Amino acid sequence: MSTYLSNNWDTILTALRQHIWLALLPVVIGFVIALPIGYLGVRFPWLYHPLVNTAGVLYSIPSLALFVFLPVLLGTKILSPLNIVVALTIYTVALLSRTVADGLRSVDDIIVQSATAMGYRRLRRLTDVELPVALPVILAGLRVATVSNISLVSVGALIGVGGLGQLFTRGFQLFYLEPIIVGIVLSVALAGLADLAIVLLQRLVTPWTRFQGSAA
Amino acid sequence: MITFDDVVKVYPGGSTAVDHLSLELPTGKMTVFVGPSGCGKTTSLRMINRMIEPTAGRILIDGKDVAGQDEALLRRGIGYVIQHAGLFPHRTVLDNVATVPLLLGKNRKEARAAALDLLDRVGLAPEFASRYPAQLSGGQQQRVGVARALAADPPVMLMDEPFSAVDPVVREGLHREFLRLQKDLGKTIAMVTHDIDEAIKLGDVVVILRQGGKLAQVGTPQELLDHPADEFVAEFVGRDRGLRSLSFDTAAALPVKPLPDDLVLDDAGRPEGWRTADGVRSTAGTFLTSDSLRLVTDLAIMSPVGIAVRVDAEGKADGVVPHHDLVDHLAARRGQK
Repeated sequence: MSTYLSNNWDTILTALRQHIWLALLPVVIGFVIALPIGYLGVRFPWLYHPLVNTAGVLYSIPSLALFVFLPVLLGTKILSPLNIVVALTIYTVALLSRTVADGLRSVDDIIVQSATAMGYRRLRRLTDVELPVALPVILAGLRVATVSNISLVSVGALIGVGGLGQLFTRGFQLFYLEPIIVGIVLSVALAGLADLAIVLLQRLVTPWTRFQGSAA
Repeated sequence: MITFDDVVKVYPGGSTAVDHLSLELPTGKMTVFVGPSGCGKTTSLRMINRMIEPTAGRILIDGKDVAGQDEALLRRGIGYVIQHAGLFPHRTVLDNVATVPLLLGKNRKEARAAALDLLDRVGLAPEFASRYPAQLSGGQQQRVGVARALAADPPVMLMDEPFSAVDPVVREGLHREFLRLQKDLGKTIAMVTHDIDEAIKLGDVVVILRQGGKLAQVGTPQELLDHPADEFVAEFVGRDRGLRSLSFDTAAALPVKPLPDDLVLDDAGRPEGWRTADGVRSTAGTFLTSDSLRLVTDLAIMSPVGIAVRVDAEGKADGVVPHHDLVDHLAARRGQK
């Protein structure tokens, strides 16, 4: 194992780096896209169910199929990392637009009414009151999307771009256990770390949630 | 002054919430809207700050039609206390109170300093400032709600069932403190409640609405108790309205008799009890000239000898009212009305 590690250190690091940005870039892009979509699902209640259904259908497309078909749709090369980024962005949008909508819907109507009565205009009410109050629900969705993306990136190895997944394909091709183990350990560790980072972020930005449910 | 000028609100389904309401809410007074559910009281309140737009008619604040004003700016100038307080859970108590001043562009430091003063005014210790709403009891949250509504010192305040979500003992305390606060501040207040007792206790003017948003009667609490306009109002203000009306008359005009011998006094002249066959028994309390006739009646009923004892400011007994004198006084009072 240690000879494998020392001989392939550069390959492993490159795969890890690729894995990180292939997984996280779609989270960022997907979140930015999902925010307005989720908001529309709340602003116009008739949009909510179509939105949830569309998101469900998108999320149920098998990842490998999406990886293979996107080049046809986008005109990209089959080996382009762009395919992975776009595919995972689609999954993230599907997950998070529903999360954002549910988060905003979870805000007690009394709070929205009282913000309106204080003299908030719609946009500022959204940024200053509704989104912050919805943050616990939204961040919970973000955790799911992040961890799910980190595991999905590996599938991309089957079409040649897959971060740590490439270690799996190599291990299988060469009947060689070490890269598979390293790939699994790093992938799981990465998911765990990313999850922990979001939990810590949540503690930092929503200190008030620690007291909820403990009301006197 | 807030003026309702022939205001109508018909909801999209066709139900009439407010039916040609014309009304004036006097400046510096507390006007309480009360009525059964579906009488349009909350709708009426919310049309004042344009949370709901009337179908017809106008609402004016000091002669200015609210319809022509920017909604957000209008609302920043009107304090609003909502049912269940509606505090922002993600903000500390202090920042909740500072909400409207910050919206008006005040700097954070000033707004927070002012908010701290307000917490004191509504009876919350400074250590509550850094807490979150979830850490407060219902009554404390409601105080913060009142402080938040007062923060920008608006001349007009709207209160939507502000005290309904707290238990009766806490509500009693909030009522007392709110009346004291309002005495200092003299805001023009419109409040909504479904509780006629609360309306009679807090209102300078009480507006009784009936189902379908029709005005049943407007008047001072005593006018409503003594002269209900019709069966509906009489029923609504309750069976013991005669007794409750006594709350609004003081004992100042009540004639007293000199202290009888069987009233036992201490060295300072304060009443200790009545000498009876069973020994000395408690007077069951005393009254001042500023107390209500209702209290005097209660004392006469509770007294072991049927006599209420009046005291001066130092607590010295200075007269008594036997219950038959009280009955005569009440009869004379009824004759005047």
